[in-house]
Amino acid sequence: MDELGRQDTPVHRLDARVKTVTTFLFIVFVMSFSRDEVSALTPFFLFPVTLMFLGQIPPRSLFRKILVAAPFAVAVGIFNPLLDQRTVAVFGATPVSGGWFSFASIMLRFVLTVSAALVLVACTGMHRLCEGLERLGVPRVFAVQLLFLYRYLFIIADEGSRMLRSIELRSTGTKKMRFRVYVSLVGHLLLRSMARADRVYRSMLARGFDGQVRVSRPAPLRWADPAFLFGWAAFFVVARTWNLADMLGGLFMKGAS
Amino acid sequence: MHMADALISPAVGGTMWAISGGLITYCARRVKDSLRDNLVPLMGVLGAFIFTAQTINFSIPGTGSSGHLGGGLILAVLLGPHAAFLVIASVLTVQAFFFADGGLLALGCNIFNLGFYPSFVAYPFLYRAIANNRYVSPRAVVAAIAAAVAGLQLGAFSVVLETKASGLSDLPFGTFVLLMQPIHLAIGLVEGLTTAAVVSFVARARPEVMPTACPAASAAVNMRPVLLGLLTAAVAVGGALSWFASTHPDGLEWSIAKITGKDEIAGAESGLRRRLSEVQETTAVLPDYGFKAPADTASGKMASAGEESSAAWPAVSAGTSVAGLAGGAATMVLVSLVGFVLNRWHARAARCRGESQKAR
Repeated sequence: MDELGRQDTPVHRLDARVKTVTTFLFIVFVMSFSRDEVSALTPFFLFPVTLMFLGQIPPRSLFRKILVAAPFAVAVGIFNPLLDQRTVAVFGATPVSGGWFSFASIMLRFVLTVSAALVLVACTGMHRLCEGLERLGVPRVFAVQLLFLYRYLFIIADEGSRMLRSIELRSTGTKKMRFRVYVSLVGHLLLRSMARADRVYRSMLARGFDGQVRVSRPAPLRWADPAFLFGWAAFFVVARTWNLADMLGGLFMKGAS
Repeated sequence: MHMADALISPAVGGTMWAISGGLITYCARRVKDSLRDNLVPLMGVLGAFIFTAQTINFSIPGTGSSGHLGGGLILAVLLGPHAAFLVIASVLTVQAFFFADGGLLALGCNIFNLGFYPSFVAYPFLYRAIANNRYVSPRAVVAAIAAAVAGLQLGAFSVVLETKASGLSDLPFGTFVLLMQPIHLAIGLVEGLTTAAVVSFVARARPEVMPTACPAASAAVNMRPVLLGLLTAAVAVGGALSWFASTHPDGLEWSIAKITGKDEIAGAESGLRRRLSEVQETTAVLPDYGFKAPADTASGKMASAGEESSAAWPAVSAGTSVAGLAGGAATMVLVSLVGFVLNRWHARAARCRGESQKAR
């Protein structure tokens, strides 16, 4: 994910603030639709898809991440077909209930919002994202905290998985960890993390840390940045006001009949 | 207990964003004023620790289910409430951005539910008051359990309130509360117990890292009988509730599943929902963008369900919905086409760049 964020494409060159605000607008617009809306949501796929291809993000890795998160949305949505069994459309001989529509709507929203958030991170990179957040008014302490958290996330996770592996190798035959072992394991992980934080702090001091973390240099806005924001905002407004998919479908149906 | 975007309306999400944003600003100022430089790396690393600790499980004896460390309370104990709140908020933000765990719109709600209560209610009023800076004592165990249970109960109740105020789900309020609270009671007991045990472990191994001077470790009370007694209590509670804990790891999901699976919910709109959608119309962030549908659009589906007081499902004729589906499919094809063209264009641009570089 971080490697993707370090690429140099037109989307990556856009200002992080602009991308963050646009993505947030996108999510608000998508979530403002009524519960049963399906077709009007589909034009919104244009946003993540465009960013994905312009930002050269491999679709496969994105799909895999969305799939990992999918069970929750399915768990929330799958009961709608059971709740709402009024038939609202008939395809051939199969009646389709309203619940399936709202289920489809929940899944569409889920895929849209999740892919937009993931694409934002992949097109921006954590470093530039945090810098953009800070310039948007997020307190510096919090932006720096996000950067540090992200920096050490994988290191501590590696440490944890090494500890888990070693405990598995030493305790054959037992299925799950007992409470006492767990407490000692997690306690040691905590102590190691704190010791690491201390070492990090010392090396920061050695490099002249004075209590202020300086996030990288600000880049001026280029003309493409506001164009990106307002272009997409205009598209969201249009797609929110008129059901573009219905219009297109209407054209097709007219042509067929 | 992470709420997803699918449960949240923009009005509720925005309000909670504003509240959590204000809290983050306040905490950031307090942390900055504390002049503890070493907090910067410590907060980052402890956030990463919480991430990892939540993936390590232990088995709760006799129930077949497993538990793990929560986050909020132990952070508050180690860092103090303000820094702890920032760490929890950052953990939730990274979870939302990278792991799609909890939505972006719901992030404000999640930060409030999982960060505010443990740091600013449970820790100062229960944990600190009861434990009184003695991390290795039965008092600390009682304090941790009381604080964890209270924090989670308040958080779970907030989830119910926020879901209800959003009006996207039709779950009846009373049933939702009755199902959310007990399961989070069990989760709270486990969290309190683990927090107490880990805190006492650290306080005994390295007393100097605890925020305030810990009484000499040699004076420590033997934890075993206390732990045993509490474990028995946890087992009793856990045993009664374990059948769902093992199959449905998340209390929120389970509660929703339970309610929606059992009850046929009436389609009639509640007054609250209607009123809120009116509030939403008047307080919309972008009023002139006109979220309200123009009356002359092709289908009546634009109007939000809340505005149509007679039926939850907007009047849709089969014709329009079929047209909508066809249109949706056509749009998807168009969008993929756009993506394909962009991709080709990109490849060509890259090739051109490569050739021009070679030419040089």
